[in-house]
Amino acid sequence: MSEEGIVKKFMYVNRKCPYGTIYALESLEVVLITAAFDQDVSLAFTDDGVYQLMKDQKTDGIGMKNFSSTYAALGDYEIKKIFIDKESLDERGLSISDLQELVWEDEDEDYAEKSSINLVSRAELSKIMSQQDVVMSF
Amino acid sequence: MSMLHTVNKSPFENSSVASCISMCAKSSSILFIEDAVISVMKSTKFAEMIESSLKDFKIYALKPDLEARGLSLNNVIEGVEIIEYEGFVDLTTEHDSVQSWL
Repeated sequence: MSEEGIVKKFMYVNRKCPYGTIYALESLEVVLITAAFDQDVSLAFTDDGVYQLMKDQKTDGIGMKNFSSTYAALGDYEIKKIFIDKESLDERGLSISDLQELVWEDEDEDYAEKSSINLVSRAELSKIMSQQDVVMSF
Repeated sequence: MSMLHTVNKSPFENSSVASCISMCAKSSSILFIEDAVISVMKSTKFAEMIESSLKDFKIYALKPDLEARGLSLNNVIEGVEIIEYEGFVDLTTEHDSVQSWL
C-alpha cells in the first residue's frame, strides 16, 4: 500500500520569545519543511510565543538575523491557520494590532487576500489542539 | 557594597525577575537584558511589581533587546532607564559586583 497522499494534521505550538532562545527560529524552519510535504499545518502562538509576531522588530543592535518577515511568507506555503491565544495577549498588555497581519491568497476568488489569523480563547485552542494528529511544541 | 543584578529570562517563563527583586538590596541596580526586557513594559501583569520596586532600586533595560522584540520605547514604564551596550559596561564598572540571574 502506498503512503502517498496521506495528509496529517500538524500543529506547531510556539511558546517562547524570539531571539532569547533558538526555539522560535527552529519552529519556523520545521513549519516550512512540513508545508513542503503538503501536510495540513496550523500554528498556535501562546504564552511568550505571541511576541514572535510583534511588528517593527529591529535586530541590528543584537547582531542576529531578523526572521520576523518570514512569517509573512507562510501564506505562500498554504499555511492559513494561525491561532493566537487572546489571554496571552491580555496578560502582556498587547492587542492584535501590535502583531503582524498575515494573509493568504484564495485562488478560487481571484487571489483575494484573506487573513490567516484567528484570535482564540485558551478553551478554543485546547479544542483545536485535541483535533490534531501531531502536535509539536517549541 | 553595591551590586548590579542582571536578568535575562522572561518573567512569564520563570521566577528569576521576581526572585531578583525580592533579594535585591536597596543600593543595588537591576538590568534587564534579552527576554527579560519584557518586564519593563507598561500593561503586562508584572508592571505593578516593577513600578513599586522602582522606589527601592534603579532599573535599567537594554535598548537593542527591546528593539529586536518590537517593543516600543514609548511603552516602557516611566522611571526605567533605557541603555545601550556602552551603558551596560559602565554599570558593571560602577558597581562592586555583578550577579547574573539565570
